[in-house]
Amino acid sequence: MPRDVLYTPQSIEALDYERDLGDPGEFPYTRGIHATGYRGKLWTMRQFAGFGTPEETNERYRRLLAAGGTGLSVAFDLPTLMGRDPDHELSRGEVGKCGVNVTSLADMEALFADIDLGGVTTSMTINGPAPMLLAMYLVVAEERGTDWATLSGTIQNDILKEFIAQKEFIYPPRPSMRLVTDVFAFCASHVPRWNTISVSGYHIREAGATAAQELAFTLRNGIEYVDYAIDAGLDVDVFAPRISFFFNSHSDFFEEIAKFRAARRIWARVMRDRFKAANPRSWQMRFHAQTAGVSLTAQQPYNNVVRTAIQALAATLGGTQSLHTNALDEALALPTEAAATLALRTQQIIAHETGIVDVVDPFGGSYFIEKLTNEIEGEAMAYIDRIDRMGGMVPAIERGYPQKEIAESAYQFQRAVESKEQVIVGVNQFVSAEHQGIGTLYIDESAGERQLARLDETRRSRDRSRVDAAIDRLQSGAKGESNLMPLLIDAVKAHATVGEMCDGLREVWGEYVEDPII
Amino acid sequence: MSQKIRVVIAKPGLDGHDRGAKVIARALRDAGMEVIYTGLRQTPELIVSAAMQEDADVIGLSILSGAHMHICPRIVELLREKQMSDVLVVVGGIIPDADVPKLNEIGIRGIFQPGTPMQEIVDFITKNARIRVVFERLS
Repeated sequence: MPRDVLYTPQSIEALDYERDLGDPGEFPYTRGIHATGYRGKLWTMRQFAGFGTPEETNERYRRLLAAGGTGLSVAFDLPTLMGRDPDHELSRGEVGKCGVNVTSLADMEALFADIDLGGVTTSMTINGPAPMLLAMYLVVAEERGTDWATLSGTIQNDILKEFIAQKEFIYPPRPSMRLVTDVFAFCASHVPRWNTISVSGYHIREAGATAAQELAFTLRNGIEYVDYAIDAGLDVDVFAPRISFFFNSHSDFFEEIAKFRAARRIWARVMRDRFKAANPRSWQMRFHAQTAGVSLTAQQPYNNVVRTAIQALAATLGGTQSLHTNALDEALALPTEAAATLALRTQQIIAHETGIVDVVDPFGGSYFIEKLTNEIEGEAMAYIDRIDRMGGMVPAIERGYPQKEIAESAYQFQRAVESKEQVIVGVNQFVSAEHQGIGTLYIDESAGERQLARLDETRRSRDRSRVDAAIDRLQSGAKGESNLMPLLIDAVKAHATVGEMCDGLREVWGEYVEDPII
Repeated sequence: MSQKIRVVIAKPGLDGHDRGAKVIARALRDAGMEVIYTGLRQTPELIVSAAMQEDADVIGLSILSGAHMHICPRIVELLREKQMSDVLVVVGGIIPDADVPKLNEIGIRGIFQPGTPMQEIVDFITKNARIRVVFERLS
């Protein structure tokens, strides 16, 4: 976005404090959803982690909690994310590489061994098989006697951004949306404190979107989920308070702060005026933020600590509810423990040494920030209107609209990098001759072998007829209209694997194959 | 008579992060090459068969998931079986330094780690793509 050199009262002449900003904790929540900001409650320092076997990841979690982390966030490997068991052809070489492998109940038990599920909040980044993994978590809680009403956390469960950006989809859009709303409905009556979706702009931004595109496509996805849930017969004020969001915090410092403020304002107005939600909690956008993985460089990796700190500062000045800071080595590999700890320390320094937690929305009223907030809101609303005219996000995805917009932005960015119009320190400017090597985490094939052995053990020790019966019931349910969560919970208890449950539904709904768009 | 270099760009494995694959596909096309993008979740068998059908000079793989030490050797092996060893294989993505010599050893010379300029990839392919014997019809 082009910038003026100076902003003055004339830049925001039409701004009305009550209407457009409001005090923190007041509609439209531009300045934040809590009156006391971080004085009342600090953001949750939630570091996304997972690799190898459930045992290895469990050890990392216990260390993160001991180091002062305040929430858990599970990174699953690609076979789990795609609903494939470790012995599937496409899983070869992928087990435990990008995250932790969770195939059956035994793995979920090991992942949370010695962690009190009633005492932590857990975020699970899973989308296609979200209901299956949530069912596993609930069964582990039940086995330990932890009341579901005390469970707190988030399941990402955002399939639309998979079609748009990250591409970890399984089923076609329409049955996928049914799985999403089944989770909404089930949790509303059984797991009331659980965030049933994290509508995610993060991946949209990482795929190349601009800040305004990230905001627009994420919020339009949010609108689509609300539309589908209302169509499924749910009361907006019952499920909307459990909708959470997830944004990228990128390098353009002021633009990011403006983006977070605009996000809250748009969502509040959409929920109150478009959906007629009456509960103020339905209007309040709560979000998690993660610093921009795509901004990290393999060259001069220590520079990444600085990038991450500035991005984290933008997220906190924008009023995030929780934050993940990336580690300096993540352009090269999953982080080492030392790198992950430094990333957490970065948040702790911001929280406890800089004084930024004392004042809510300190940029509120800045001519520049308010103007930028208006501009990014305007740009996002224009996209939202365009997608409304296409009949919503599902039809827009089916015609490849957001995918094309993002691919175009990604290509333009890369051209700007090539021409050095966009400077990346250490990559296209200020390049060092010597290679700054750092030790990275290397994940070998042993996790894959151990997970294959455990899968074998699970298959041998369980009652096969019970699994088959549970999958049959799941398939009948999928052909009808009943909520699939109780059927998945039964399948998990019978030790059905993620791959078996997902295959059961693949047989009913088929798989989605996208038309590649360059 | 010059003929366009034909490149198959593929995303093997389960990963769906296709930003890099798409950006490079467009850059190669803008540089005058004929680019075929296979889309997501291709097995080595599908990739080699696409290269054969498309009469490709180059296979470009984008791998960010850490599965490159499974996928690359398999593709090289399949190319050998099908007498297509003259097809240039290049790979881009998150390839740890430790794996670079191992990939070189199996015959993959074009390995592009994060931050590589697009022009460097275009130049490498232009210089190393298999040289076709072009018969000009004389009338």
